[in-house]
Amino acid sequence: MLKAVILIGGPQKGTRFRPLSFEVPKPLFPVAGVPMIQHHIEACTKVPNMKEILLVGFYQPTEALSRFLVSAQQEFKIPIRYLQEYAALGTGGGIYHFRDQILSGGPEAFFVLNADVCSEFPLPEMLAFQQQRGDPPSFVMLGTTANRKQSLNYGCIVANTDTCEVLHYVEKPSTFVSEIINCGIYLFTPAVFQHIGEVFQSTQRELLLEESTNGWQRAEVIRLEQDVFTALAGRGKLYVYKTDGFWSQIKSAGSAIYANRLYLSQYSQCHPERLARNSPGGPTIRGNVYIHPTASVDRSAVLGPNVSIGKGVTVGAGVRVRESIILHGASLQDHTCVLHSIVGWDSTIGRWARVEGTPSDPNPNDPYAKIDSETLFRDGRLTPSITILGRSDPLPPPPSP
Amino acid sequence: GAGAAPQRTGLTWRLPSPHSAMKALILVGGYGTRLRPLTLSTPKPLVEFCNKPMLLHQLEALRQAGVDHVILAVSYMSEVLEGAMREQEQRLGIRISLSHEKEPLGTAGPLALARELLAETSEPFFVLNSDVICDFPFTDMVRFHKHHGKEGSIVVTKVEEPSKYGVVVCEAETGRIHRFVEKPQVFVSNKINAGMYIFNPSLLHRIQLRPTSIEKEIFPVMAQDGELYAMELQGFWMDIGQPKDFLTGMCMFLQSLRVRHPERLHAGPGFVGNVLVDPSAQIGENCTIGPNVTIGAGVVVEDGVRIKRCTILKGSRIRSHSWLESCIVGWLSSVGQWVRMENVTVLGEDVIVNDELYLNGANVLPHKSIAESVPEPRIIM
Repeated sequence: MLKAVILIGGPQKGTRFRPLSFEVPKPLFPVAGVPMIQHHIEACTKVPNMKEILLVGFYQPTEALSRFLVSAQQEFKIPIRYLQEYAALGTGGGIYHFRDQILSGGPEAFFVLNADVCSEFPLPEMLAFQQQRGDPPSFVMLGTTANRKQSLNYGCIVANTDTCEVLHYVEKPSTFVSEIINCGIYLFTPAVFQHIGEVFQSTQRELLLEESTNGWQRAEVIRLEQDVFTALAGRGKLYVYKTDGFWSQIKSAGSAIYANRLYLSQYSQCHPERLARNSPGGPTIRGNVYIHPTASVDRSAVLGPNVSIGKGVTVGAGVRVRESIILHGASLQDHTCVLHSIVGWDSTIGRWARVEGTPSDPNPNDPYAKIDSETLFRDGRLTPSITILGRSDPLPPPPSP
Repeated sequence: GAGAAPQRTGLTWRLPSPHSAMKALILVGGYGTRLRPLTLSTPKPLVEFCNKPMLLHQLEALRQAGVDHVILAVSYMSEVLEGAMREQEQRLGIRISLSHEKEPLGTAGPLALARELLAETSEPFFVLNSDVICDFPFTDMVRFHKHHGKEGSIVVTKVEEPSKYGVVVCEAETGRIHRFVEKPQVFVSNKINAGMYIFNPSLLHRIQLRPTSIEKEIFPVMAQDGELYAMELQGFWMDIGQPKDFLTGMCMFLQSLRVRHPERLHAGPGFVGNVLVDPSAQIGENCTIGPNVTIGAGVVVEDGVRIKRCTILKGSRIRSHSWLESCIVGWLSSVGQWVRMENVTVLGEDVIVNDELYLNGANVLPHKSIAESVPEPRIIM
C-alpha cells in the first residue's frame, strides 16, 4: 500500500504570498476554485492503493484547516491527517520526525509533495518508473526542464541520460549546473529515513563539537534538498523522472494567477464539467472560467479567459474580468473592469472602477520559461505586479461630482 | 439706431443702420499647434467648442453687436477655412475677408497688413484673439470706448495667478492704463489682458508692416500717451488654445449656459450637472453623463458608459461600460468597451481604442489604432 505526505509549511514561511497569506494559510489559498492542496490530494487519490494522506507542517490547527480536512475527507473518501511539527523542522526534518506515523501500516513507498507547487502530478507514472528500475526500489524525484538562467532559482539535477540516475544535485547554484530542475515532488521508500537519520546524526555531532552557544540551532532541522539529495546523488539510489507536463511554483500572488490558469486549462482537458459554459440568460464566458455554484453573476458580465470566481461572489451588470481570481464574498459592482488581479475576500469594487495588475507570466516564447519570483523592490521602486486587494477593502467608485 | 440689436428674419441677419456698423479683426494665426492633434485634421477656428466652431462663437457675438465686416488675420491659408467662411457670410449676412500674412507679423503687424480694410470707415474696430471664450462684452466695449473717447480700449480679466501672464496696471475709477508688466515677480495687479480690444483707426499710424508685438511695443507707448483704457470683464474667461484649457473653458461656458439658456442643456435620468447633447446623438441605457460634458452630432454612446468633463466630437462612438474623464474624443473616433481614459487624453480624428485599455494623458494622432494601454502621459503617433 502507499501513502502520501504533503509538506504545508507554516506561517513564517511563504512570506512572498502576503498579504493573502495573512488571511488564510497559503496551502489553502484557492486556485482554480479549490484550495491549493486539494489539487495534490485529488492527484494522490488517483493512485491505486493510496491508503492515507498526511499533511505535515507547523501551522497552528486553525478552523480553516480543520474544516478543510473534514470536507476533503468527505469528498475524496480517504483518511487525511494533519501532523503538526513542534517547530519548523525543514523539508526533511518534518517527515523524519513523523516517520513512525508515515510508516505505520507498512507502506512499500510514499510520495512527498510540496504544497506550493502547481502540477499535473504524474504520480502513477513515477510509480511505474520506480518499478521499472527494479530492486532495490529507488527514490524518485520529479524533474522538469527550465531555461538556463532561471534554473539557478531551483534545485538543479544532473542525471545520467540513459539510466536517469541523479549524479549530482545542487540547490540554487550561483552558476549554471543543469536545466533539469527539482519539482518538489518525490517518491520515497521507507529506506529514505535511514539516510535522513544519518544526516541527523552527523548534524548533531557537528553541533556538539562546535559547542554552539546558539541555542536554537537544532539538529532536527533537516533540509531534503541540501542535506539529503546532495549526499544521495551519485550513489545509485536517487533517480529523476522527467516530465513535460505543466509545473510551476506558487511563491507569490502573481504565480497564483499563473497556477490558476494552468489548472483551469487542465480542467478543460480532464474535468470540463467544472468549467462555466455559455448559456442563454447567462454571462458571456470566454476561455476557461470557474464559477462557484453560490456566486451570482449578471448575464451582461463578460468573464475570462482564466478567471476563478469564488464562493458567494457577486458580479454586477456589465462587469469584465480577465486573468484574475475573485475570492469568496467579494462584490464587483456594475461596469467594473478587473484584469490580472486577485480581489480579496469580501472586498467591494465600486461602479466603473478599474483594477489592473501587471502580469508576471513566464515568457510565452520560451517553452521552458518559468514564472519569475520578482523581488518586491528594485532600484528603490516597487516592482509592478498583480494587484491584490486584501480582506474587506471597499474600493469606492471613482469620485462623483 | 446705434446699439439696436439686428433683427433676425429667416436665415439672414438685417443690420440696424449702416453708420454704426463696425469692423473686427480676428487674429487667427497659423497652424494651431497647441491644439494638436485636433488641428491636424481641421483648421483651429473650425474645431467645435461646445458643439459650435470656435470662430463662430465670436462671429455671432460680433454680429450681434453690430459688426458687419470681419477680417480674419491668418498666417496660413486653408481652403477649408475659406469655404467655411463663405458659408458663414451667407448665413450671418456679414462680410468676411481673409488677410494672409506671408511672413510672421506678430500680434500687431497683421493690423498694418489689413490697414486698407480697417480704414474703410472712421468707426472704431475690434481686434480679438481667436482663442478667447467668454460672455463677449462687445456692446459694453463700444459704450466704454466711446465714453472715454481715447484711442484704445482693452478688456482685462481677473485671474488667480497673474504672474503667469502679462498684467495690466490701471486706475480703478477710469480704467486708464498706466503700464504693463510681464510676468511680475511681486504682486502688482491681478488683471491680465483678455485678448479683446477696440481701437480707433488712428492707431494704425502707430503700426508698421513688420513683426510687431502689440503688448510690448504698441501698448506701452499708448499707455504713456494716456490713450489706453482697460475695461474689466465680468464673468468667465478662458484661452482655449490647448486641450487642458479647452476643457476648463468648456466647463465655464456650460455653466454660463445654465444661467442664460438652461433650456439648451440636457436633463433626465442618468444626466448630472451641465451637459450639452446634440439632438442627433444617441445615448444608451444605464449611462451616467456629466457634469460638464459636450456630445456632438451623430455621436453614439452605448450602454453603461460614464463620462465626466469631456468633449465628444461629431460622429464618435463610445462603446459600453467605458469610463471617461477630462478627455477630448476626436471626430469619428471609436472608444472600445471597458476602456478607461483620463487626465486630458485627446484622441485625434478617426482614432480607434481597443477594448479594456487604460489611457492616461495620451495624445493620439489621427487615424491611429491603440492596442496597448498608455499608463503615463505621452504622444502616440
